[in-house]
Amino acid sequence: MSLIEFGATAALLLPLVGFAALVAGGRRLGEPWAGILATLAVGGAFAGAVLALIGLLGLDGHGRAVTVTLFEWIPSVGVDAALLVDPLSVTMALFVTGVGGLIHLYSIGYMHGDPGFARFFTYLNLFTFSMLLLVLADNYLLMFVGWEGVGVCSYLLVSFWFERSTAAVAGKKAFVTNRIGDAGLLLAMFLLFGAVGALDYHSVFADADGIAGITVTAVVLLLLVGACGKSAQLPLHVWLPDAMEGPTPVSALIHAATMVTAGVYLMVRSSPLLELAGDATTVIAIVGAATALFAATVACAQSDIKRVLAWSTISQLGYMFLAVGSGAYIAAVFHMITHAFFKALLFLGSGSVIHALDDEQDMKAMGGLRALLPITSVTFIIGWLAIAGIPPFSGFWSKDEVLTAAYDKSVILWAVGLLTALLTAYYMSRQVFLVFFGKARWEESGKHPHESPRTMVIPLIVLAGASVFGGLLNLPFGPRFLTTWLEPAIAPGHHEELTISRFLVLATIATILSLAGIAAGRVWLKRSDRTELEPAVLQRAWGVDDAYAAVVGGPGHATATALAQGVDAGLVDGAVMGVGGLVRSAGGRLRALQTGYVRNYAMGIAFGTVMLLGWVVSRAGG
Amino acid sequence: MSLGGEWYLTLAAALFSIGAVGLLVRRNVLVMFMCVELMLNAVNLSFVTFSRMLGDIGGQAVVFFVLVVAAAEVVVGLGIIVAVTRRRSGATADDLKMLHG
Repeated sequence: MSLIEFGATAALLLPLVGFAALVAGGRRLGEPWAGILATLAVGGAFAGAVLALIGLLGLDGHGRAVTVTLFEWIPSVGVDAALLVDPLSVTMALFVTGVGGLIHLYSIGYMHGDPGFARFFTYLNLFTFSMLLLVLADNYLLMFVGWEGVGVCSYLLVSFWFERSTAAVAGKKAFVTNRIGDAGLLLAMFLLFGAVGALDYHSVFADADGIAGITVTAVVLLLLVGACGKSAQLPLHVWLPDAMEGPTPVSALIHAATMVTAGVYLMVRSSPLLELAGDATTVIAIVGAATALFAATVACAQSDIKRVLAWSTISQLGYMFLAVGSGAYIAAVFHMITHAFFKALLFLGSGSVIHALDDEQDMKAMGGLRALLPITSVTFIIGWLAIAGIPPFSGFWSKDEVLTAAYDKSVILWAVGLLTALLTAYYMSRQVFLVFFGKARWEESGKHPHESPRTMVIPLIVLAGASVFGGLLNLPFGPRFLTTWLEPAIAPGHHEELTISRFLVLATIATILSLAGIAAGRVWLKRSDRTELEPAVLQRAWGVDDAYAAVVGGPGHATATALAQGVDAGLVDGAVMGVGGLVRSAGGRLRALQTGYVRNYAMGIAFGTVMLLGWVVSRAGG
Repeated sequence: MSLGGEWYLTLAAALFSIGAVGLLVRRNVLVMFMCVELMLNAVNLSFVTFSRMLGDIGGQAVVFFVLVVAAAEVVVGLGIIVAVTRRRSGATADDLKMLHG
């Protein structure tokens, strides 16, 4: 067994083992051992991913794609339970287990004293396993198993505090919205299997040239539907803000860093198809840019600390789709990684603030926390500068690489991205100034904010470091590690060129706008009593939710009622009851023949025998 | 001197008819039961006769099966008759009409 096989298998199976152990004995382990066990399982998975990375580095560039077959799964479809270890999957596995491990550690402190402590870590380990299955699978079908697995875990964790009705409803909303996207993904797989007769990446991409152009376009658009569901892009974004009902580490792990990037991963993984799909990629770019701007505007008017970050996540995911649609797959992955760092940091930081203020989430009831929460505030500020795109923090490098790619695709897309960057800097500054600076608006409630325990602070520090230095992965000048590393795993013949002079010009414009956004946020703090900057239409997220509720609750509900009463009760039930009634009435008539006198029956038998004999004799005679 | 097969077949037909008519006209359960046995054995006789006439041992083999099935049927039938008689002594077949569906 080679290093790669061992590393990848161990990375996949350790969280599964942890999950099984917690199911069997999590309650008995109790606090904190259940959390420590889960953290160790994910830490072990990270070590496994590192081993696979070392193994891959030992191979030369284009040989870096190793298939590890676990067992034969569905021979009739030609699909095995097999892992594809290549630069893309290893990168994903590394950051899923790395960021995931830190969030596990943080959760030990955050979930302290919760009656569902062991259950929480059981779900988290199951999530890590599903996510690793999603990114490591070597075919669409096995990837779909992981895809559904993370969906289930998302549902379980959003409604983790299910005794709150809002949490239970949010969980259902997340699940149902995701199902709509999943339908698109399933149809894409059906089309692909019909066209190629295989579902493993290697065969599909090898035969991609032979597929009819219209089919490729349809497949890519259906994959986009699936990705929109999982990655909360317009118009399927509605579940993500509500998913903030879950515990904050869940928001950080699932709804910011890892699961919601699954859609981007799917797009990047399918890049050989995207390259053939032509105009469909423009659709992807438009969806991404529109979502980025839309979500950024909404984030400006939210007052719940986690909801701002949720809308910000949707907006940043829009950047990644913009990059994918512009053909800059590696820039998308780059932004996905840096975003995982700084968004996980911001979410965990917000969790630390919520923790310090006894579960207060309204930013208008915060303020002046900088001195009281020294580590949280410093790390949060680092995350803020990273997401606002201030050099030299990681978000600057990745966001501006995306924007440069968007400029190459279309100036309009670039302008939308630029406007989003301005708004991002504004709403994040508004958040930072509201939470950490200004007047302490919580004093009259008699709270005593305190810094969080060590298990919560250490992940913050590590993620802050990653947010500062994450840009080193792919600086526009010097060795572009990520580009060189990922290029073999992207569509063949694909090169991502970055014109440094153009990058510098565009990045300067973006940075000036970001600074303007920060200044606007600073000004806003001084007049935070004025509400015209938070129009109701933005607070209600442009009324998309209301529109959905009106359509589904009005005509949708009426159609369902009509179908239930007309078609189901009338036609379907009528047919079933009719058959039953027919048999019953026929039986009632035939009962009369059953007299109970044995001689009648015997006479019947004798008569029948005579008739039969007569028939046989007459035939023989004729 | 040996009789021709036709005589045996005629006897079998006569026995079968006696049994069949007896089953139809009698009410006593035990007698009806004996009539059934008579019919079965009439058929057995015809089987053996045909077997001898055609030189095929298969007919005689079938007779053994009929005997076995008849024996099993006697066990079940007599059991039912005893059970019925215990409940209502002197019951006829017509008295059991309330058993109909």
